Amino acid sequence: MIWVLASLAAWAILWWINVRLVNGPMGKTRAAKIGAPVLFGAALLILWEGLVRGLNVSAVILPPPSTIGATIAGSLDILWVDFVQTFVKGALSGYIIGVLAALATAVVIDRVPFLKRGLLPVGNFVAALPIVGVAPIMVMWFGFDWQSKAAVVVIMVFFPVLVNTVGGLNDTTAMQRDLMKTYSAGYWQSLFKLRLPAAMPFIFNGLKIATTLALIGAIVAEFFGSPIKGMGFRISTEVGRLGLDMVWAEIAVAAVAGTMFYGVVAAIEKGVTFWHPSQRG
Amino acid sequence: MSVLPVLVIVAAIIALWYAGAVVMNSTWTLDQAARQGTDPSLSEIVADTMAQERPLLPAPHQVAAELWEVTAEKKITSKRSLIYHGFITLKTTLFGFVTGAVFGVALALGIVHSRTLEQSVMPWAIISQTIPIVALAPMIIVLSNAVGIENREVPKTIIAAYLSFFPVLVSMIKGLRSPDAMQIDLLRTYNASGGQIFSKLRLPASLPYFFASMKVAIAASLVGTIVGELPTGAIQGLGARMLIGSQFGEPMIMWTALFAAAILAALLVIAVGGLERLALRLMGEGAR
Repeated sequence: MIWVLASLAAWAILWWINVRLVNGPMGKTRAAKIGAPVLFGAALLILWEGLVRGLNVSAVILPPPSTIGATIAGSLDILWVDFVQTFVKGALSGYIIGVLAALATAVVIDRVPFLKRGLLPVGNFVAALPIVGVAPIMVMWFGFDWQSKAAVVVIMVFFPVLVNTVGGLNDTTAMQRDLMKTYSAGYWQSLFKLRLPAAMPFIFNGLKIATTLALIGAIVAEFFGSPIKGMGFRISTEVGRLGLDMVWAEIAVAAVAGTMFYGVVAAIEKGVTFWHPSQRG
Repeated sequence: MSVLPVLVIVAAIIALWYAGAVVMNSTWTLDQAARQGTDPSLSEIVADTMAQERPLLPAPHQVAAELWEVTAEKKITSKRSLIYHGFITLKTTLFGFVTGAVFGVALALGIVHSRTLEQSVMPWAIISQTIPIVALAPMIIVLSNAVGIENREVPKTIIAAYLSFFPVLVSMIKGLRSPDAMQIDLLRTYNASGGQIFSKLRLPASLPYFFASMKVAIAASLVGTIVGELPTGAIQGLGARMLIGSQFGEPMIMWTALFAAAILAALLVIAVGGLERLALRLMGEGAR
């Protein structure tokens, strides 16, 4: 009982600090912007730990964060193998192939107006479909190893990036394009010097959506068959063995990997589109 | 947007599909022929690639025929009817969608109201979307079993709700904040209270944003439901059909389930679009 009360008290205190922090004189500073969510996250973990201990929740239902942390520290080698299999081989390679294919297709579509009018509605339509459904088919075609996961990821990231890129390439005004023409710029010159840079905010929007999709695709494809490594494989087998601390460890790794992936793409975006209003100020 | 280019593209895709079917399935045909010692002509090979029972890539008309058979010609109560499985998936999708939308709107209201809540929760809401939710799916199933929820719908609904919650949250925050200072000042000069400003200005102003997010959310909810059906050991639903097709090596089941899911997604998005037009017309937006 003491655990429950203590954790609830800790929660209340941290929340009170947060209220003071955000509404106080420091509320608009960078420290408060980072501090508030960190404190909130810490409060959640404390609450979790306290409730699990205080209410004697069995470890096969919900292990406390401290146990999960110990599992992570104790099985770094397994986690690393799974990370390489699912993230580096499956998600990342598929992501790169899919994005490059989408960018190339977008330029081709942009070149041919007929394709733009035909392919864009189709692409928009497909982007709304549950594409994860191709996972079993890809596993049938490319086997159990990472190639099939990468194939699912390629298809999943292709359409959002394509639709956003084509949209972005149209984002220049007639005035800007005319200026390029008065400089006697050819198609490729005006593409690389004007329209592609102008499309970058849109392209990165697609790229950021695609980061999440890539990990989802790689993990879902593992449910349909996998060699004996990989995050999705580990999660489904450990759930069967009631090794929930390992499951949560994998979830933590997946969460960190997903967040870092997104963060890296967002950081690149910041460097590339430093001129855009949303990045200033 | 004209119809002709779209039709040409669709026709090209179908033609490519047929070509792919011939190329991919011919390996099996040639293997069979070599085993029997026959030497099939090209037209025989092509004919065979279109009519295999377990093709690598079934031809479009095979998928269409199978789709027709498992929807129109099977009784709806039959375990092989895709109408039956689709209905299971649809039900969970809608439950998850409504749950997610309610939570999204509620949290958006809280965040617009409280700066502390915004600064503490919003970064986590964003981070939560970079986490592959599917990793959590088996976990959610175990947890809900452990707390005594026998109903298999619940974990799927939670996953679907989780996926549809975020687009609603983001759009609603944007929408509730969309009225500018001038409009709010106008209502203040009318001596409107905070509640009145909310119900007469902020809420109506957020509706277009709300409906735009609904289309994203319903598609996301369907994805969540299908993904949720994979590791739940579900035996009903489109996701379960895909898993069964994969485990028993029945490509036709996978393909029909995939297309059924695609058709369902299209219908849901169209339905939400219709609702949007209706609501906006009732509010007088469409007249402009």
